[in-house]
Amino acid sequence: MYAFNFAPVFAAMDQLLVGAWMTVKLSAAAMAIGLVVSVVCALAKTSGPRPLRWLVDAYVEAIRNTPFLVQIFFLYFGLPTIGVRLDPNSAALLALVVNFGAYGTEIIRAGIESIHRGQIEAGTALGLSRLQVFRYVVMKPALRTVYPALTSQFIYLMLTSSVVSVISATDLAAAGNDLQSKTFASFEVYLVVTGIYLALAVGFSAIFAAIERAVFTYPLSR
Amino acid sequence: MIRPFGLSDILLIAEAIRWTLALSAIAFAGGAIGGLAIALARTADARWLRTLAMLFIRLFQGTPLLMQLFLAFFGMNILGLAINPWLAASLALTLHASAFLGEIWRGSIEAVPSGQREAATALGLRYYDRMTSVILPQAARISVAPTVGFLVQLIKGTSLASIIGFTELTRTGQIVNNATFAPFAVFGTVAAFYFLLCWPLSLMARRMETRFARATTR
Repeated sequence: MYAFNFAPVFAAMDQLLVGAWMTVKLSAAAMAIGLVVSVVCALAKTSGPRPLRWLVDAYVEAIRNTPFLVQIFFLYFGLPTIGVRLDPNSAALLALVVNFGAYGTEIIRAGIESIHRGQIEAGTALGLSRLQVFRYVVMKPALRTVYPALTSQFIYLMLTSSVVSVISATDLAAAGNDLQSKTFASFEVYLVVTGIYLALAVGFSAIFAAIERAVFTYPLSR
Repeated sequence: MIRPFGLSDILLIAEAIRWTLALSAIAFAGGAIGGLAIALARTADARWLRTLAMLFIRLFQGTPLLMQLFLAFFGMNILGLAINPWLAASLALTLHASAFLGEIWRGSIEAVPSGQREAATALGLRYYDRMTSVILPQAARISVAPTVGFLVQLIKGTSLASIIGFTELTRTGQIVNNATFAPFAVFGTVAAFYFLLCWPLSLMARRMETRFARATTR
């Protein structure tokens, strides 16, 4: 019978929590930058010139149909051969931004396309300025439409970010790898690490749901 | 010693596609059985069954696939089994696929209008007949597009098995890269093969989705 030994894992809990904080920071940064990429690409895709649309399409399809692990190897091992040296954490952030950007583009595009032209015309007819139309007529309902998809994409991003540990970025999974190589209590370490990921995922879902209730509850038409 | 990246390397990488396909097939077959069980439990009358299935889904959708692979890998050691990347990867990916397919198929079952179920019950059909001849055939049609979409996610997911030492497409790429040190060419080739596997499925899923949406509106 195997004797479980959680003592060394709990003794090093602070290390794991530092790793968890890194995972949160890395995911949040990737999401923030990735959203900018997404909005720019979505605008290019909905109203850019044709060659630009093809370029965005190629980017989105290439990223969505290849594994994140291969993308991060491509960037982390490939970039130094053309003279760009990145430390593992920067390479991890870059790979996550590139990855999130592709999924985010599709989500934002769907949001923009969900706004009828008539809405914008109605806004203009009511005497709203261009900025007001963009803010209240396009952005707010578009955001409400895509909000659930964006938040679940964020949680997916956070879980995917565990893969960056393979290029020795210092996230939660890497903290787990480090600890298991010192303690040899492999199963116990990864069980606790998995538990922390689960807590992060559940916690963020709850926070996102609370934000949704607070910000997006105004009466729906129809 | 570093040798140049050549045709033989591309062939070596191409040959590894079969292991990616084999692992995807195992995970999908296992996941289909597990997913059906989860979907039926999730839509069952018994509350404890529904809760249990929900917890299973939450657990696997709320944790990284990489950790699931590690736990399967090291968990087998604890059970006294020899460490075997094949078995660990198959087990982890099967459970992972069961959770995701279970959630997709739950949605499909619930999308069948409730009148169908009521009519079947009124006709005196028992659970088994009601499911196999009324609900599931209709749910199956609804589920095809998202299931194909998940298949793409699963094929990409098998790349993580390389981290626990399963030699498939990605792992072969790493081995070739260590010998040739041409990372852009090697991982570009690996990515291209994944793309060839996944893109047709993505297109198919999208096409079926729009056709289905058109058929069901109005």
